[in-house]
Amino acid sequence: MSLARLAWRYLWARPLVAVLNLLLLSLGLAAMAFVLLVGEQIEAGVRRDLAGIDLVVGAKGSPMQIMLAGVFHLDVPTGNIPLATLETLRRQPLVARAVPLSLGDSLQGFRIVGTSPEYLDLYRARLARGALWTRPMQAVLGAEAARRTGLAVGSRFAGSHGLGETGEAHAAQGYEVVGVLAESGTVLDRLVLTDLASVWAVHEEHHGAPDHAEAQAAREITLALVSYRSPLAAIGLPRWVNAQPGLQAAAPALETARLLRMVGAGTEVLQGFAAVLLLAAGLSVFVALLHAVRERQGDLAMLRMLGAPPARVAALVGLEALWLVLLASALGLALAHGLAAALGALLAARQSLHLTGLWLSGWELLVPAAALLLALASAAWPVWRAYRLDVTELLQAPQ
Amino acid sequence: MTIAWQGLRYRYAQGPEIAFADLRLAPGRGLLLRGASGSGKSTLLALMAGLLAASQGRITMAGTALDALGPRERDRWRGTTLGFMPQRLHLSAALSVRDNLGLPFVGAGLAVDAARIDALLQRLELAALAERRPHQLSLGQAQRVALARALVRRPRLLLADEPSANLDDEATAAVLGLLQSVATEEGATLVLATHDGRVVQALGQELQTLTLPKLAAQARP
Repeated sequence: MSLARLAWRYLWARPLVAVLNLLLLSLGLAAMAFVLLVGEQIEAGVRRDLAGIDLVVGAKGSPMQIMLAGVFHLDVPTGNIPLATLETLRRQPLVARAVPLSLGDSLQGFRIVGTSPEYLDLYRARLARGALWTRPMQAVLGAEAARRTGLAVGSRFAGSHGLGETGEAHAAQGYEVVGVLAESGTVLDRLVLTDLASVWAVHEEHHGAPDHAEAQAAREITLALVSYRSPLAAIGLPRWVNAQPGLQAAAPALETARLLRMVGAGTEVLQGFAAVLLLAAGLSVFVALLHAVRERQGDLAMLRMLGAPPARVAALVGLEALWLVLLASALGLALAHGLAAALGALLAARQSLHLTGLWLSGWELLVPAAALLLALASAAWPVWRAYRLDVTELLQAPQ
Repeated sequence: MTIAWQGLRYRYAQGPEIAFADLRLAPGRGLLLRGASGSGKSTLLALMAGLLAASQGRITMAGTALDALGPRERDRWRGTTLGFMPQRLHLSAALSVRDNLGLPFVGAGLAVDAARIDALLQRLELAALAERRPHQLSLGQAQRVALARALVRRPRLLLADEPSANLDDEATAAVLGLLQSVATEEGATLVLATHDGRVVQALGQELQTLTLPKLAAQARP
C-alpha cells in the first residue's frame, strides 16, 4: 500500500461526501469545458462557412438575417432580388466572384439551393460519388443530407415548398440525384445543390408558366455571395449596394462578430455558472478536507508516531485532494464531451450547426489546471494543519 | 545501555520547566513508568519517543542519544526503533486490520512487508479478522491489532501507554501477559506507562519501576 493508495482509501472512507464533492467539482469543470468546446466549434464552423465570402447581397432587410440565410442557411431570406443584379455585381471592378443562391424549397428539412458550380469552389468541395449537375432537375446532395435522407446517386425525389420539413410537395417536378459530396464539415454537408434553372422551373410550374420572354425578365435569385478582388472593396461596395433600390448588403465578418458577441453573452452566463459551481466545489472540498484532518487527527498522529515526517502526513491530505481533482477532471471532461455530442445530435436533427463530442481543444488543459488550482487553494490550510499536527496529543489521557 | 537519562529537563512553551529524576535501566529489564495525571508522564513519554526535545540533559533510548538528533532524524529513529501502543488505540477506521498493519511501512515510505504482517496476524490470532474493519472488532481484538501494528517493523523498544485502561481484571491479565511474551519473543524492551495499581501489582517485580511525583511539587517557573 502506497501513500497514494492510502489517500484513495481515505477519500472513499466517507463515500457520500466524496461523491458530493466529486459531483460539484465535475459539474463545474464540465460547464467550463462545455463552454470551451462549443465556443471553439462554433467559431471554427463560422470560419469554415465564411469561406472567403466577403459580402452577401439580398433583398432589403436585416443584414444579420441575410447573412444567416446566405452563409449558414439558418434563417429565412429577406426576399428575392432580380437575376440582373448578379450581372451588375459581376461587372463591378472590385468584385472577384459573385455566386448566386436561389432558395425556397427543401427536402426533409434540408434546403434545396439553386446555384452555380462556383458555390462548391468556395468551399473546395469534393464529390464522394457521381458527378455535378449538367442540366436542370439534377441534384447533388451534401454528405449529411444524403446520409439522413437515404438517397443515393440515381435516386429521385420531389422537393417541398418552403424551407421547413412540412411544406407542400412539388409532386410534378422530380429531381434526380447525380452526385453526393464528400463530408467537408461545412454548411454544404446539409444542403441539396442544384442548378439555378431547376428552382426557376419548379416555381414557374408551381405558379403557372409565363411565356419565355416574360419569364426571363422576371427571373430572380435570393442572394449573391460576393468575394472581393481587393480589400479596398470593403470601403465602397457595401455602400454602393445599399444605395441600389431593393438591395441590402451584409458583411459576414461584421455580422458574425456581432453574432458571436451575442452568443458570447450566453457563454458568459454559462461561464459564470461554472465559476459559481467551482467556487462551491472549492468550499466543499475545503470543508471536507478540514473535517477529514480533524476526524483523522488520531490516524495522522499515529502515522507521525510511526516515523512519518510531517511532510509525508501533509502529503497524504494533499493526495486526497489530488485524487478528487483527477477524478473530477476526467469526469468533467467526459461530461462536457457527452453534452457537446448530445447538443450536436439535437442540432443535427434540426439541420443546424455542426457540433461533435469528439472535438479536442488545447484549451481543455485548462480544466485539470483549474481543478488543480482549486484543489491547491482548498487543500492548503488542511495540509498545513496536518503538517503542524501535535503528535503529543496521542499521549494525553482521553477526556 | 537500553534506556537512560541524566539531568533531563523539559520547558513547556509558556509554562514551567519540569525535571525528571535520572534513570539507568538495568540490561535485559523492562520499565514500568508510574505516574498519576499531572505527573508529567505524557511529557516523559514524548521525550522518550523523540516527539519533544529536552531543554537540558541527555536521554539515550536503545543506544541512541536522542538529544543529539534533529527532528527529521528523530522521526526516522522512531520509525525504525520504537513500537507504540497508545491508550486510545487509533486504528484507522477507513482501513482493514491488514492495511492498518501496513501503516508503519507507508509512514516510513517503505514497501509493505506482507509476510511479516501475515506472521504477526497468525501469532496474535488475528488471521481470521484480517479483512475486518476496526469497528467490527471487540476491544481485546482491537488491542491485539494495535500491538501487532506496534511490532510490525521489529522495534527494539515497545512502548505501551495505559494498556489496561477500560479492561476488566481478566482482560488486563491477558493483555499484560501478551505484551510481555510478545516483547520477549521479538527481542523488544518493554516500557509500560500506567497509573493502574493492577498493572503495578502484576509486573512491579519483573519490570524496573520509576514513579513520577506530582508535577506541582517539582515544577519551577
